[in-house]
Amino acid sequence: MSKVDLSVKIGTLKLKNPVLLASGTVGYGNEISEFIDLNKLGGIVTKSISLNPRKGNPPQRILETSGGMLNAIGLANVGLEEFIKSKIPFLKGYKVPIICNIAAGSIDEYVECARTLDSEEAISAFEINVSCPNVKEGGLQFGNDVNAVGTITGKVKAVTSKPVIVKLSPNGSNIIDFAKVVKQEGGDAVSAINTLVGTSFDIFTRRPKLKNITGGLSGPAIKPVALAKILEISRNVDIPIIGIGGIMSWKDVIEFMIAGSSAIQIGTLNFIDPTASIKIISELKDYCIKYGIDKLSSLTASYLL
Amino acid sequence: MFIIDAPIEEIIELENQIMLCKLFAPEIAKSVKPGQFVNIKVSETIAPLLRRPFSVCDVEGSFIYIMFNVLGEGTKLLAHKFKGETINVLGPLGRGFNFDGNFETAVIAAGGLGAAPFAFLVKQLSKDKKILCFVGGRTSRDVIDYGMKDVIPSTDDGSLGFKGNVVELMNDNLDLLENKRLKIFACGPTPMLRALKEFSLKNNFECEVSTECAMACGFGICQGCPIPSSEDADKNYLVCKDGPVFNVKDIIL
Ligand SMILES: Cc1cc2nc3c(=O)[nH]c(=O)nc-3n(C[C@H](O)[C@H](O)[C@H](O)COP(=O)(O)OP(=O)(O)OC[C@H]3O[C@@H](n4cnc5c(N)ncnc54)[C@H](O)[C@@H]3O)c2cc1C
Ligand SMILES: Cc1cc2nc3c(=O)[nH]c(=O)nc-3n(C[C@H](O)[C@H](O)[C@H](O)COP(=O)(O)O)c2cc1C
Ligand code: FES
Repeated sequence: MSKVDLSVKIGTLKLKNPVLLASGTVGYGNEISEFIDLNKLGGIVTKSISLNPRKGNPPQRILETSGGMLNAIGLANVGLEEFIKSKIPFLKGYKVPIICNIAAGSIDEYVECARTLDSEEAISAFEINVSCPNVKEGGLQFGNDVNAVGTITGKVKAVTSKPVIVKLSPNGSNIIDFAKVVKQEGGDAVSAINTLVGTSFDIFTRRPKLKNITGGLSGPAIKPVALAKILEISRNVDIPIIGIGGIMSWKDVIEFMIAGSSAIQIGTLNFIDPTASIKIISELKDYCIKYGIDKLSSLTASYLL
Repeated sequence: MFIIDAPIEEIIELENQIMLCKLFAPEIAKSVKPGQFVNIKVSETIAPLLRRPFSVCDVEGSFIYIMFNVLGEGTKLLAHKFKGETINVLGPLGRGFNFDGNFETAVIAAGGLGAAPFAFLVKQLSKDKKILCFVGGRTSRDVIDYGMKDVIPSTDDGSLGFKGNVVELMNDNLDLLENKRLKIFACGPTPMLRALKEFSLKNNFECEVSTECAMACGFGICQGCPIPSSEDADKNYLVCKDGPVFNVKDIIL
């Protein structure tokens, strides 16, 4: 049997395969570890952490839509201190790269979180969430402001030696400008996409089904949007891309790589089949063997237009 | 927690639009506790995308039962399955009823399809407890007492038993409850559970309720199913992981 190399590089970050689990869809790893061996993954992106704990939005937070789901979690998380105290010790038990996702309501808060976590060896990189659609302050507000995203990238880079990935929103006008500013300010990679803003009404009560009124759309329904955004970045900015959005199978992973992704993240699929990521990794290997692909990473941005 | 392809052994209509499905699921049957639930993928496609949660209604050897109401797309698909087809089942999930406490009489309070988890609980309790079941529905056809015993019914329209809801029914039968070492186990629509909370606090009865919330994962990774804590204003519990059964005192309904 031929040897297949599934490993990928995102700047200085080396992953043994391109399959990461997306922020907000694996918690801090402990629940999903009952189903899979985390060490087999390319990496895990933890639930967005903010300086202080966040209770999140009132229910209903989840709504299924055609081929997707809306969520309005509102960044419910344990906060920085509790993350360090009770979540990092668990993650230390694994060799898998941990990417810590940070969300914040102010530029200083991003910096403060990154500075505090910089000394944590268990963390391999940061993913900066400037694109959560479900909180009033921060999140999307920054996600729509090129200058703010630039400032955040630069200031976070200044306080950490770890790779910094900036997670971009599909909701703004021009994703290329955002990817450019991330590169300019020294960001190591971008991840795209976060969820798309959506809503839904009960036709009998005429009220929105989600308490927060709007939520973020994820799942297979958003895959074509994600691919188009990734392609746009790939054609215009020289920066590694982590592709996210509606991945349901190994075929989707290949498609995301062809469109420009160096690695990918699996989100909503974890809720439906928490073992899917591991199956996908083994299917990617089968695919490479079958089609004589020695290095999976050679697929990145291999589109023929 | 297990993820298994469970063959359908039997699927029958108990009442109009209320189905009972028997599944061969040995790992789950062996480990599940009354009040826990399973999360079922009703189709192999992305329609519907997410799993659907159902209480484990009963256990018999290597089989589990679920009882469900045909409401939307998912339950419709499930209702049309045949014996021998397999469905993917994730479970057992959540925290079930705590029934080894120091009480003599177990009082079951079920509203509509809230009856679902009780056949299994009653079976376990029958070993050493007295049981009294209050079961309510809109009409006589909605009074579901599958697997229960010593049932006192109520209906909103008075077509069977007491006219009124379950909590009014319990109030009406307070003499049966007073001066007993009892514990109430309840499941039903949120307004019913809310009224029951008031009733049990007023009468100083121990009470556990099984709650519901829209869910994406069912095992604690999405944060989609919060229920507010009554003790700490900054805290939510997760229905799927900390519940679905709670001591009624601990939550805001
Ligand atoms: C822990 C738990 C245990 C449950 N146990 C049972 C059970 O034993 N038997 C049973 O019949 N049902 C049970 N339910 C409710 C069941 O999950 C829903 O009825 C089912 O998901 C509806 O799926 P659907 O695709 O048919 O309907 P959808 O098309 O998703 O919805 C149809 C209608 O049902 C409502 N609905 C959707 N999800 C829920 C929900 N979680 N709770 C209440 N209403 C909902 C929708 O608002 C809509 O009006 C349980 C729910 C939870 C959270
Ligand atoms: C329930 C839920 C919670 C999420 N929480 C976060 C979060 O805390 N931080 C973040 O950066 N992205 C979050 N996301 C977005 C995902 O990481 C991902 O970008 C998005 O869901 C698209 O991928 P998918 O279609 O594979 O799910 C969340 C998504 C879902 C569905
Ligand atoms: S349903 Fe996902 S955390 Fe409860």
